[in-house]
Amino acid sequence: MENQAVLQMNHIMKIYGNGVVANEDVSLELRKGEIHALLGENGAGKSTLMKVLFGIESPDQGELILNGAPVTIKSPQDAISKGIGMVHQHFMLVPSLSVAENIILGVAPRRGIFIDMDKAVESAQNIAKEYNFDINVKDKVEEIPVGIKQKVEILKALYRGAEILILDEPTAVLTPQETDELFIQLMKLREKGHTIIFISHKLDEIKKICDRATIMRSGRSMGTYEVADITTQEMSKLMVGREVSLTFEKNDQQLTEQVLLKVRNLTVNNSQGVLKVDDLSFDIKGGEILGIAGVEGNGQTELIDALTGLNKKYKGIIEIKGKDIAHSSISDIRSMNLSHIPEDRMTSGCAKNLSIQENLFSNQYKKHRYSGKLMLKRKAIEKRSDELIQEFLIKCRSRKQNVGMLSGGNIQKVIVAREFSTCPDIIIANQPTRGIDVGAAAFIRQRLLEFRDAGCAVILVSADLTEIFSLSDRLAVMYKGKFAGFFNDAAHVTEDELGQHMLGIKRDEVLEGVLYE
Amino acid sequence: MNNAKRFNALRTVLSVLIALAISFVIIFMVSEQPVEAIKYLLVGPLTSKRNMGNVIESMIPLIFTGTGVCIMFSANQINLSGEGAFHVGGLIASCVAINMSARVVSPIAALFCAGIVGAVFTAIPAVMKITTTADEMVSSLMINYLALYFGNYMLNNVIGDPKASAASYKLTEASKLPVLFDGTRVHFGIIIAIAVAILGYIFLYRTKIGYELRLTGENEEFAKYSGISIVKVILISQLLGGFVAGLGGGVEMLSPIYARFTWTSLLGYGWDAIIICTLSKKNPLYTPFAALFLAYLRTGASIMARRTDVTLEIVQITQGIIILLVVAEQFLSRYKHKLIAKEAKAALKEEEAA
Repeated sequence: MENQAVLQMNHIMKIYGNGVVANEDVSLELRKGEIHALLGENGAGKSTLMKVLFGIESPDQGELILNGAPVTIKSPQDAISKGIGMVHQHFMLVPSLSVAENIILGVAPRRGIFIDMDKAVESAQNIAKEYNFDINVKDKVEEIPVGIKQKVEILKALYRGAEILILDEPTAVLTPQETDELFIQLMKLREKGHTIIFISHKLDEIKKICDRATIMRSGRSMGTYEVADITTQEMSKLMVGREVSLTFEKNDQQLTEQVLLKVRNLTVNNSQGVLKVDDLSFDIKGGEILGIAGVEGNGQTELIDALTGLNKKYKGIIEIKGKDIAHSSISDIRSMNLSHIPEDRMTSGCAKNLSIQENLFSNQYKKHRYSGKLMLKRKAIEKRSDELIQEFLIKCRSRKQNVGMLSGGNIQKVIVAREFSTCPDIIIANQPTRGIDVGAAAFIRQRLLEFRDAGCAVILVSADLTEIFSLSDRLAVMYKGKFAGFFNDAAHVTEDELGQHMLGIKRDEVLEGVLYE
Repeated sequence: MNNAKRFNALRTVLSVLIALAISFVIIFMVSEQPVEAIKYLLVGPLTSKRNMGNVIESMIPLIFTGTGVCIMFSANQINLSGEGAFHVGGLIASCVAINMSARVVSPIAALFCAGIVGAVFTAIPAVMKITTTADEMVSSLMINYLALYFGNYMLNNVIGDPKASAASYKLTEASKLPVLFDGTRVHFGIIIAIAVAILGYIFLYRTKIGYELRLTGENEEFAKYSGISIVKVILISQLLGGFVAGLGGGVEMLSPIYARFTWTSLLGYGWDAIIICTLSKKNPLYTPFAALFLAYLRTGASIMARRTDVTLEIVQITQGIIILLVVAEQFLSRYKHKLIAKEAKAALKEEEAA
């Protein structure tokens, strides 16, 4: 049985409808009874490859060989019937139903036209027992913790006869204890002869549990390695393509005299009336980066919406360069030289069916350089577009190409080019490098530092702690709408300390240095 | 032109051909003289000067309402009151033209009033949207009846000629638009129509406000974030769209086709406008071509109906199929994917070579 290939994916190519090549040439071979890591950065093409395997996407080139015979997988139903199961990162469970009902959903035992509930509970119990999953199958899914939900997902796949199990970043949502428990279960599954594809970018986890690893980088497979024979350093190098230094050379700080952004007692409720920003006060001067860390959903979005004028229903005072913006429109605020990189580039950062050129000028077409009283100055706009495309290394065929045809990293570069080309005094960057390739991310981070050195005030909201650490001068941690911690020197904060503030375990009452008064 | 754009053009052409083919099949099934019928449908409009004139003449209202709808749809304002705007435009133009008899001034005044009233009319759903968030699609659809019955009221009580039945007093000769070619009814309106289509294009693609409109139409969140006033876009797009549709109604009224206001039902040019807008991909510059196509098809159909046993409705079917195929995003999607994949592969090879 050992070393027998149950599945081979050979030279898979997948091109999406917008022309993005997600998989260029990927090969993957699974042996029976192994835990096989699929390793790669965001955007490397891991999910696409798995979608091809699970029948969600059909490949443009390449072949699939299952148990020695070439197959095509037309749909997820088809994949399931061929013994392939997938546990998605976002669970696909019906919260109002019980565990047993979720497990048998779609393949329920019947009595006449009715579902045989007793039999359903019985068979759910049997399969849980068979695989040693400690679950009460009568519990409602909405009442069980995340770790158990994941087990239900795995059981669901097993109940449908999955021999090959795809787990898409299974540990992303788990606590360390839950992760350990999951690993024990996975090893048991391996003993029973199941083959597991384990998608992750956490190298230590892969070291701990996986037998072999296939590493992917920008749509290509970089080879398959015995995990025991490769160091984490080597893995990360293969993943990223070069040694990427995550620390940047930071010049000495030169603060401006003027406080560029002053926030006092800011309180924001969201549209459902839930308190999201709770009596927040802070100052920021030119020449510094204020990092805002925190688990998502702790009020960061609402804070940024208030600062940039997207939400005018706030209490408290926001002053930009000494001027209260309570009655300023978004356009007024932008004309005070404030730039904003939005959190979600597709919903508010660009219009995907318009050209790169049209996307580059949405914040500055009114400027004298680019338009007269009525008409746009096409020549000037075209010339400037070409300059920006070059300066910001936007990979495209021409300025007329639709933004939706570009890759995520290049779309982000279009947005950044637009926001950085107005000579801003204040930059509000919300997750500026989320989900883009390392090269583009490093480029954007470098630019942010250059603006800081030039006397710009930067607010950086990011879920990426490495990014927060390497860029911030001062650092705030948001928890439930307040700063749970504030550090005047970001360089001297440990990750552990930050984590405790993020989880609200540690909450500082007095925030020293948050105001310049 | 890249592959995706070429594909869109190809798909439109193919949709037209498939729709025609289906119509032919139907003609073969229902007609005793199918070859005859198809001949009249396809080449009938070219057989005489008068028929060619008919094609041009029926293009005119289509270009106006089509351009109006292009402007509104570009801003993603799905306002369907172009129909009513056209109707009130014609009504007001006739009111002015009945009472004024100054050369040159009279038609200009009539058309100007028609445009303004059309703009005010389509702006009602826009204002309702801004103030009460009423969905403009529903309100604009219903408001068309307001235009129809207001027209009927005016005809019965204000401008109706007691000596004629369901017709207004005669429009003064001075206010009529001049005929361009003898022996046809092709009038000066075609020049105004083409000018409007070109101006519509310049407005949408070359001016600041046009840019704001299109940006909002493509992604309202993005427009808002960029500092564009959405209220302004909603209002301007619908005012302008209504102005053009109303102007179209005025031009139609002053054309040689009518001597009096006789519209007691909606003429349907507002609906046709949606076909024109779809075929021209929301770009006013293409509306004359789309209008030519539709006008040609209809003229051909009416000749066919007169000369053979096939009825006019066959063309309605053809139109319907074309629209269904053009808007069906997934139609030919496999072929489209192949085109895109080919392009992407070529780009990869180029990169490797570099």
